[in-house]
Amino acid sequence: MIELTDTNSAKIAAEFVRARTRAGSPAMGMVMTLIIVAPEEDAADAMLAAKRASREHPSRVLGVILGDARGAPHVHAQVGSGDGWGGETALIRLKGEVVKHAESVVLPLLLPDSPVAIWWPTASPADPESDPLGALAQRRITDSSAASRGKSTAMIAQCRSYAPGNTDLSWTRLTPWRALLAASLDQHPLKVTGATVTAERVSPSADLLVAWLADRLKVEVRRRSSKGPGITEVSMDTKEGPIRISRADGRLATFTSPNRPDRPVALKRREVPALLAEELRRLDEDDVYAATAARLVKLGAKK
Amino acid sequence: MTAANPLRDPQDRRLPRIAGPCGMVLFGVTGDLSRKKVMPAIYDLANRGLLPPGFSLIGFARRDWADQDFAQIVHDAVKEHARTPFREEVWNQLSEGFRFVPGDFDDDAAFDQLRRTVEELDQLRGTGGNMAFYLAIPPAFFGNVVGQLKEHGLADLDGDQWRRVVVEKPFGHDLESARELNDILADVFPSGSIFRIDHYLGKETVQNILAMRFANNMFEPIWNANYVDHVQITMAEDIGIGGRAGYYDGIGAARDVIQNHLLQLMALVAMEEPIAFDAESLRFEKQKVLASAQLPPPLDTTTARGQYVAGWAGGEKVIGFLEEEGINKASTTETFAAITVHVDTRRWAGVPFYLRTGKRLGRRVTEVAIVFKRAPHLPFSQTATEDLSQNALVIRVQPDEGMTMRFGAKVPGTAMEIRDVNMDFAYGGSFTEPSAEAYERLILDVLLGDPPLFPRHEEVELSWQLLDPVIQHWAKKGRPDTYDSGTWGPPSADAMLARDGRTWRRP
Repeated sequence: MIELTDTNSAKIAAEFVRARTRAGSPAMGMVMTLIIVAPEEDAADAMLAAKRASREHPSRVLGVILGDARGAPHVHAQVGSGDGWGGETALIRLKGEVVKHAESVVLPLLLPDSPVAIWWPTASPADPESDPLGALAQRRITDSSAASRGKSTAMIAQCRSYAPGNTDLSWTRLTPWRALLAASLDQHPLKVTGATVTAERVSPSADLLVAWLADRLKVEVRRRSSKGPGITEVSMDTKEGPIRISRADGRLATFTSPNRPDRPVALKRREVPALLAEELRRLDEDDVYAATAARLVKLGAKK
Repeated sequence: MTAANPLRDPQDRRLPRIAGPCGMVLFGVTGDLSRKKVMPAIYDLANRGLLPPGFSLIGFARRDWADQDFAQIVHDAVKEHARTPFREEVWNQLSEGFRFVPGDFDDDAAFDQLRRTVEELDQLRGTGGNMAFYLAIPPAFFGNVVGQLKEHGLADLDGDQWRRVVVEKPFGHDLESARELNDILADVFPSGSIFRIDHYLGKETVQNILAMRFANNMFEPIWNANYVDHVQITMAEDIGIGGRAGYYDGIGAARDVIQNHLLQLMALVAMEEPIAFDAESLRFEKQKVLASAQLPPPLDTTTARGQYVAGWAGGEKVIGFLEEEGINKASTTETFAAITVHVDTRRWAGVPFYLRTGKRLGRRVTEVAIVFKRAPHLPFSQTATEDLSQNALVIRVQPDEGMTMRFGAKVPGTAMEIRDVNMDFAYGGSFTEPSAEAYERLILDVLLGDPPLFPRHEEVELSWQLLDPVIQHWAKKGRPDTYDSGTWGPPSADAMLARDGRTWRRP
């Protein structure tokens, strides 16, 4: 790690080149730029998650810490590469007036002609697309479940401001559930007449799952509360009986379906690096999320 | 199937496909293949949530074991070889579905018990009667096992059930035996239910090569005899034959590797663009390449073979092939084989494909090197380009799958000097979420019933047709040459290229 104090984008970029030359391998195999916007206290964890995701997606990771916007502008950076990273990284701390112009620091550091993703690990802007940093990226990853309070409201806000390229880790967390539910209907091609999602009282993922099921199955989906963790049960009613997946411990689920013996199935809650890696795998618009987000907004309006 | 599943959407590419209810019967439980590859892959699939709930695994072998003993074997295999971390809850879920059936391959009672076990699992675990039979056993027993499966009604289908059979290479040891083998399997299972596994050439590699060739515009225009000088396909291993003497003696490098892996790689590199990215169109194009492949005469100079002798490899003292345990001291089996192939099409006329493989070579590597012609005119002085050789594009298959480009660049400084440089690209996806092991994708394909990207019997037969003359020729010529362990093969292999004015790359 090289510390640069009172620096600018050009010096950071030069340090990237120097670090690469120092590592003895000046070629770039990076596939994208990942911008992480986090407060100081969450930055270390977020960078660690990005480090693990960077092994699947070698990227230039730019961690941006927005400090106090008052006073004289300061740009400090820690630049590094190697050391377990699949690409190169800069942790940039902004203070003073430049905080309002963070995009001017980041723009020159984007890798040429390759995709840009941005991730807000904790607090997200209500409208990521019109955020100055968000506007630089074509993939904008928020995490409503990580909001310090008002998670459900945050989720609705994200769905309202949905723009192509937006996604939320609450949605990513659902993938194993959705895969299992879809597979259950592959096995039992039955008409679903109703469904129930049981989860922690506050769970943006469960809200999205309700919206997804309602949108796809065109039935009313009930929401029940439990102690968690996360989503604990989803059941779909059919004329032959319910198809049910229940998971009390956040790891192992039981799969119940009509005329079949109950079967255990591993359904582990995933860690953030795995979620991030899944998000970075696809950089185009997620149409299914778009439809689900629209449905959630509609369901919210009805209440 | 009735109406489309409302929870599936072709747009929804996040959703992985999970196999439907099913189970697997594994023959040859104690073998290396089962323990090092198949069992860990099954666990890894379960861990990634890609196996159906209730998936069951039945082991069949001539051992006096109970279900728990079998579970212990799998447990040890998984602990040692699985790619993903061991998780108790996944293991518990999986191991509930383990059964063991002791018996010989000609033991009727055992196969009766196997059938009962399959039926019982359907009741207990809801496998829906769908079973894959994995024959991790020597091909000599295929006939026996497949015959028994048929006789005991294990290949009979009820409604929309499926039964599939998985076989590993070698697919025969010459054209005739390959046909025999195919007849045995085809007698019981329809061709769409026979999965031939070529684990070296994983689906990922095949797809990577296809993506590189057909998703880009910059390679295709030069992918022909106008620009390509020759192609070198290498699959080298640094290890000896190890404990595989029984299998290897009498088979040799050509049958073991060239017939399947190298000719498949050649087909993928040389084929025309398939009309679609599916198994059928792909097979069609590969078959055309294999059918137009020819061996240029005389075979004495366009092929080479060798046996490794004792020496030092990678800092370790190693014994020669003839000293390996279980090898006949007078064995003429080759451990290194190289052949020249011409592909007689408009695209490739005059471009030789050099294929080589061997054990105890310099290092473990599999790669395809497309070597280009020199530029027709170099506006530099002779001294400036002395260090410039031919441009090359190397598809690295393993280890560190990726691509290397070799081209000339000016050496910094005042003098005009041009030298070869390499540019590497590595598929980044090989660490946290390493692109799934070949076996995982294979097994998943089998369970999903995805028509595999693997050779059908037509391709297998065409490959043998090409290779048989070489093997017959060698059989007439007595002992193979020798080469020191840890080198890149016998001098005759170098002479084979030197004759054409070329040299092997050091991979």
